Amino acid sequence: MKVSLKWLRDYVDIKLAPEELAERLTMAGLEVKGTQTIGGTWDNVVIGEVIALNPHPNADRLKLATVDLGTGQVTTVCGAPNISLGQRVPFAHIGARLIDPHTGEAIVLKPAKIRGVASEGMVCSEKELGISESHEGILVLPAEAPIGAPLGAYLGDVIFDLDVTPNRPDCLSVIGISREIAALTGEPLRLPPIHYEETEESIDSFASVDIVEPDLCPRYCASLITGIKIAPSPSWLQQRLNSCGMRPINNVVDVTNHVMLEYGQPLHAFDYHKLKGRQIIVRRAGNGETITTIDGTKRALNPDILVIADKEEAVAVAGIMGGLDSEVTDKTDTILLESANFNQATIRRGCSHLQLQNEASIRFDKGLNSELPLLPLKRATQLLLELAGDRAAKGIIDVYPGKSEPKLILLTAREVERLSGLKVNINGILKVLKALGFKCQESNSGSQISVSVPYWRGDIKCSADLVEEVVRIIGYEKIPITRLGSPLPQQKSNLSPSAQQSNLKEKLRNILTGFGFQEILTYSLVSLEKLQKLSPKLELKIPPLKVANPMTREQEYLRTSLRAGLLATLSHNQKFEQAGVRLFEIGKVFLPHHPPVIASEAKQSQEEKELPQEKEMLCAVLSGPRAELSWQADKEPFDFFDAKGVVENLLNQLGLKASFDIGDDETLFQGRGANIIVEDDKVGIVGDVHPRVAQAFELSNTICLIEVDLEKLLTKVTRIKEYQPIPRFPSVTRDIALVIDEQVSYRRVENIIQSFPLVMQITLFDLYRGKQIPDGKKSFAIRIIYQSPSHTLTDEEVDQTQEQMLARLHQELGATLRS
Amino acid sequence: MLEQLKDLHTQALDELNKVNNPRELELWRVRHLGKKSSLTKILRSLAALPLEERRKGGAQANEIKRALESSLEEKEKLLQEALLTSPLESQRLDITLPGRPLPAGRLHPTTQILKEICDVFKNMGFQVIEGPDVEWDYYNFEALNIPQHHPARDMFATLWIDAGMGEKARLLRTHTSPMQIRLMERERPPIRAIVPGRAYRYEATDATHESMFYQVEGLAVDKGITLADLKGTLFDFCRCIFGEEREVRFRCDYFPFVEPGVEVAIGCSACDGAGCRLCGYSGWIEILGAGMVHPDVLARVDIDPKLYSGFAFGLGVERIPMLRYGIDDIRLFYSNDLRFLRQF
Ligand SMILES: [Zn+2]
Repeated sequence: MKVSLKWLRDYVDIKLAPEELAERLTMAGLEVKGTQTIGGTWDNVVIGEVIALNPHPNADRLKLATVDLGTGQVTTVCGAPNISLGQRVPFAHIGARLIDPHTGEAIVLKPAKIRGVASEGMVCSEKELGISESHEGILVLPAEAPIGAPLGAYLGDVIFDLDVTPNRPDCLSVIGISREIAALTGEPLRLPPIHYEETEESIDSFASVDIVEPDLCPRYCASLITGIKIAPSPSWLQQRLNSCGMRPINNVVDVTNHVMLEYGQPLHAFDYHKLKGRQIIVRRAGNGETITTIDGTKRALNPDILVIADKEEAVAVAGIMGGLDSEVTDKTDTILLESANFNQATIRRGCSHLQLQNEASIRFDKGLNSELPLLPLKRATQLLLELAGDRAAKGIIDVYPGKSEPKLILLTAREVERLSGLKVNINGILKVLKALGFKCQESNSGSQISVSVPYWRGDIKCSADLVEEVVRIIGYEKIPITRLGSPLPQQKSNLSPSAQQSNLKEKLRNILTGFGFQEILTYSLVSLEKLQKLSPKLELKIPPLKVANPMTREQEYLRTSLRAGLLATLSHNQKFEQAGVRLFEIGKVFLPHHPPVIASEAKQSQEEKELPQEKEMLCAVLSGPRAELSWQADKEPFDFFDAKGVVENLLNQLGLKASFDIGDDETLFQGRGANIIVEDDKVGIVGDVHPRVAQAFELSNTICLIEVDLEKLLTKVTRIKEYQPIPRFPSVTRDIALVIDEQVSYRRVENIIQSFPLVMQITLFDLYRGKQIPDGKKSFAIRIIYQSPSHTLTDEEVDQTQEQMLARLHQELGATLRS
Repeated sequence: MLEQLKDLHTQALDELNKVNNPRELELWRVRHLGKKSSLTKILRSLAALPLEERRKGGAQANEIKRALESSLEEKEKLLQEALLTSPLESQRLDITLPGRPLPAGRLHPTTQILKEICDVFKNMGFQVIEGPDVEWDYYNFEALNIPQHHPARDMFATLWIDAGMGEKARLLRTHTSPMQIRLMERERPPIRAIVPGRAYRYEATDATHESMFYQVEGLAVDKGITLADLKGTLFDFCRCIFGEEREVRFRCDYFPFVEPGVEVAIGCSACDGAGCRLCGYSGWIEILGAGMVHPDVLARVDIDPKLYSGFAFGLGVERIPMLRYGIDDIRLFYSNDLRFLRQF
């Protein structure tokens, strides 16, 4: 909400400088987002009176105006069509800082000759003064503007732009903000006196009000003013509306807006003669009912929307917008003025249904009190009588089915200290609460206060709310700074599943960054297309959960896999990267418990809904040359065995040993993918990405991908390992070279060698095909380390074992020793 | 033969004196002590001689062999010494050639700052827990004093899984605060925990807004916890993260699930409080919302608000590296351009 400092000064004396005031309000919860100073640059602009107007000797459209400045007279050239004798006008001396109306830039007024006549300054338009965009003519000041006074003193203002929190609709009003200032500065609050004459004829003989839905409309007040003459508002009123960012329209509408800004109560003026049956009915809209609102839009209504109707049809959408037919026009001579209270949720629903929001609905939406409408109605009636109307009907219609008693809350000084840590005595508390308009009564020999909450503070419901009031007015900066003194909760075991999980995640992150992987974090929401691209046939195994109101199609589904994010990131970065890229992400995937079957999707009942399983996964990709371009580095691209090596080393660091099965994951290329097996369970996959998948992500190189299910992995690492004694006896190393059929996998060889108890370690140190090896065969060079936990091995023992080993390798796999 | 041996010895020593480097020394060794050296030949030929001569000649030859071996050893030492004090030209390196590259792996800046934040609170006795990203309306709103149609719902533009289903609707949590409720449902005071995690908003993205971001939620509940404790805790946190000098502002603000409510801002580092585009010309940058847990929230999880009190806070994570490194666009975080990520 924008509010003028000058307007605030009508209700409270303000001695603080504007910046200080803004700071105090902000600290107390009413944030001043911006401050705009009007007239801060008007040092050389004064108020003058036009005392003579003569034609310009050389130009028909220009005039020579003589302006009395109190201290003397000056003559200036003026082209404004609206200048006339006797006007009070702003006069800028040479040196004044103004706005160039054509460029909008700040300029300093210089002496000038206009068509041969010297001008000693100029009479200014609103635009030249920076007040508004208006440049059709000069700014004409009210007749009471003091001649000779600096314009800044008369018209200058400071506009605060306040960010009012949703709990404080009372601060969407000048009086509400003034009350805050009064409480913060200790100054008294002055409310406008309300008094006006009424005619003999009672309002009841003009109109009646029937509330059909008392729950949705707790109160409806109305007054009636006759002899209305629609005209522009006086300049002070226009200025006030302008200063608060509202456009002046005519005297009637401007008065309703003025009072809304002043009290925070929206008002609506109906053209009385357009109301059929002289009746106001507050009811729900009918099914299929429509209304054309004042913006000219025909709107479809429904029974969730509350309307104000006459005997025949809706004349306004309650609290949101008036109807075109009953709008005040130039011909209006009698108005029925509405000041009512509507249910907050109803207004909110109505706004969202009609996609409408305005100054009135914003206030109702925050929840106004049903005690509020009467005073603003009287204030508006008074102003209308002063500015637009002739007579007010006797009395006020006040239908009030929803009256509620003021809330009573007990507060003690002890409670203030218990919550805030700030010691405030009873008198200090009373002072703050009274200044804010709370009625307080001390009881229990002064240790307890019974606080009656004023109607405009619907946000105050319990003692904690009062504690905040006390502390924020005294100032949050006064709250002491202490450290938590309460005992520490019992610490969770490091072996608890949640501790283990975060521990595992941190370990993995450290290991992978150590291996040269860059961590990335990608969005939880992805497009369906991206998930589909993970399969060459564009099939989805798990239907992902959909967001009902996505921002974009790119972020419409909750990811069921991290793969898409990694491949897309790789694709995005590939064009900038010279060297190979290693990326990983550790994050959640979202797996619905009840994958909706497409046909019955619509029928799925509420009971079936569950939160999805949120599963922690690790995914990593490698692509491009193994090392950066360098005079010494390995220039070969990453391949399957790099990825497999990452998996083996990663698991090794976690104290686990992996084995690998031929995998059939569809993201991976057939024959180049493997399942990662730990203790007979599949914990993940590793392999080359299927070329079709790579293509779909616009990737050209071979991409190796690793994916590990962290929940499964967690079950493996949580088992506490048993210590193995360091071997005490020397080991014996033997190298063998086997020639074997191409079809026989290395693992089968390894398994046989491994099965001999004396074998401690096996290392494949060469794989050879070519010269000296027959076609269809390959040669494995293997180093075997033998060791016994109980004694020093003899050559005979090792020879014997190796002989048996070679015999089995020959028997079972057809392997022969390479000569 | 003895003469011959003597000559051999003298000649070998002469040659040894002329040896200047290890390569020449090796050649000398092969020539004089190798399998085909004259000395070896003499030793082999001894077998054919009569016993007396064989004994004499053998003793002499072996003595010379030992002498040459020890001379060799000496020379070796000398040469090594010389090499260490003035190495050969060929052994010099062009030390300006670049080193062999090692792959540089880094953590995402968000992960780095999350760890930093969590460590600060862990030192204050807070335990770290996590919670679900997909939540019930109940935990995200209802239980936090934001029922259906509450005006404060405007503060949280929501991405829904189920639209318009009341408290049984699923949504992407708009903040980490639902974990306050989940925590208090399963634990009794004293409670002291933080919850790092992702949060989501239905929001058009721009330089300062993302539809997904990280928060760290904090909660402490026990007897006698005050707003002053909250102030102390958060001031400590700000000092740890932003340094001793940075100004901190603790002002009244509104969040439906706390009362009294607090906003913490730190002095803008870009303009030092003078006002700039980064801080919206206020000189301050909001980093977290906080307050005393609302008595209705405590009562909802069966913690007696008359006996117990607590504070809660919710901290925007990306803000911190943005301030620290002068990052002017939050969208850089999750678009994962390596040219950005490698800078941290
Ligand atoms: Zn700044």
